[in-house]
Amino acid sequence: MTRRYSALSLFKEGLSNQSGWEPAWRSPEPKSRYDAIVIGGGGHGLATAYYLAKNHGVTNVALLEKGWIGGGNTGRNTTVVRSNYFYPESAAIYGLAHSLYKGLSADLNYNIMLSQRGVLTLAHSENGLEAAARTLNAIQVNGIDTEMLSLDDVKRLVPIYNYGPDCRYPVFGGTLQKSGGTARHDAVAWGYARAASRLGVDIIQNCEITDFIVEGGRCRGVVTTRGTMRAERTGMAVAGHSSVLAAKAGFRLPVNSYALQACVSEPVKPILDTVVISPDTGVYVSQSDKGEMVIGGALDRIPSYGQRGNLPVLEGVIAGMLDMFPVFGQLKLMRQWAGIVDVVPDSSPIIGESPLPGLFLNCGWGTGGFKAIPAGGTLLAHLLATGKHHDISRPFDLDRYRTGRLIDEAAGSGIAH
Amino acid sequence: MQLFPCPFCGPRDEREFHYGGEAGNLRPDGLDVSPDRWADYLHMRANPKGATKEIWVHTTCGEFFAMERDTVVHTVSGSTTLGEAEPRS
Repeated sequence: MTRRYSALSLFKEGLSNQSGWEPAWRSPEPKSRYDAIVIGGGGHGLATAYYLAKNHGVTNVALLEKGWIGGGNTGRNTTVVRSNYFYPESAAIYGLAHSLYKGLSADLNYNIMLSQRGVLTLAHSENGLEAAARTLNAIQVNGIDTEMLSLDDVKRLVPIYNYGPDCRYPVFGGTLQKSGGTARHDAVAWGYARAASRLGVDIIQNCEITDFIVEGGRCRGVVTTRGTMRAERTGMAVAGHSSVLAAKAGFRLPVNSYALQACVSEPVKPILDTVVISPDTGVYVSQSDKGEMVIGGALDRIPSYGQRGNLPVLEGVIAGMLDMFPVFGQLKLMRQWAGIVDVVPDSSPIIGESPLPGLFLNCGWGTGGFKAIPAGGTLLAHLLATGKHHDISRPFDLDRYRTGRLIDEAAGSGIAH
Repeated sequence: MQLFPCPFCGPRDEREFHYGGEAGNLRPDGLDVSPDRWADYLHMRANPKGATKEIWVHTTCGEFFAMERDTVVHTVSGSTTLGEAEPRS
């Protein structure tokens, strides 16, 4: 059996009719008892299971997924990876994720196709430029590699932008995180699943949580559509449906669920080699390795669990994109979809023990969960293994909504949601 | 484009409306409200999947009202003026 992916193993398999490949992960029958249970087979859940086994030696772990792994927001985002955040707490958590992403392909022995093509955030007015400079100062103080760009710099980087006098959102400059970029989202899920499975984690798909086992005021396991499983510690990473699971466990979260849409065009020749974000039009665009323009925008303004999205926001996103890039006017859209995201009041994640002891949370990432997957996994794994916070996750505990110590990235880094 | 029923103006374009929160989330009275109760009122939400009752504002007429709808399929079953007993469809 060929276990390791490499140029040599590819060559050898070519000589032996590709007969030696094994499935990337096992699909075992669930056991009745585990050391830890992770709910949610997206990037954060799979990464949690992997780091439990790798960093803490906890390998008797069940990863439970309602549908199929990577089928939720992990497969629905626009694959952007960056760490240019305003507050030190955020820079620490997203910086951890970013540094782990850089070595992830080698760590997992799975090519996640990380492309550090740069993330450009545009400024569309004098005021926008001043606000960008202020944010940039904070980001640089946090030790994150981000730089200011003049109009001429932006013109060199993105020559196809509409710099004409008719542009509703003219460019005045921008900020660039050169080490930012994109990664292949499915590969992140599959790579973590394969690596976790090889360390002994049971990945169990089509397994929905119907209830929590609560004894002596603690969470002692879960009741699922595939039987009852017991564990002293359970973690949940189920963005979009965090409130639904919280209700089963008997508490509420500061989460509203909204649909976040994205769409891709037909594939075209390479024309845009960086990620462009426009806070004013509320649009971000990049070009996938297949050549599709990947387009995202603002949240739908209606609380929703429907993974479709409504037309007004899509219309606004397309209109903004065409004002920025009139050259895309001939493109046809191939697909449009939406993922359901956890929106919290301060646009920062929630990581920590839930009001039900023994049940730990990883939720509230809003629209930015993909870029944080390695950190979310590392920190939830630390909580599940030790029962205690990692220094980086402590500020993100649920108790900040009671103490008032919010980490308000909506105000800080100017993200809209 | 979806139409939402404003109890004052009738069916109107969804873009004219703004979400105002879950119905029944009342501000606690008094000076000795505990931090837990206050945090509960400010931040904690049921965020139901399926049938829900919410406060919305029709930004063109400026009126607040309650709307009952489904958060998965987005059907609206009715809207009422605040304080009114029965939904009107």
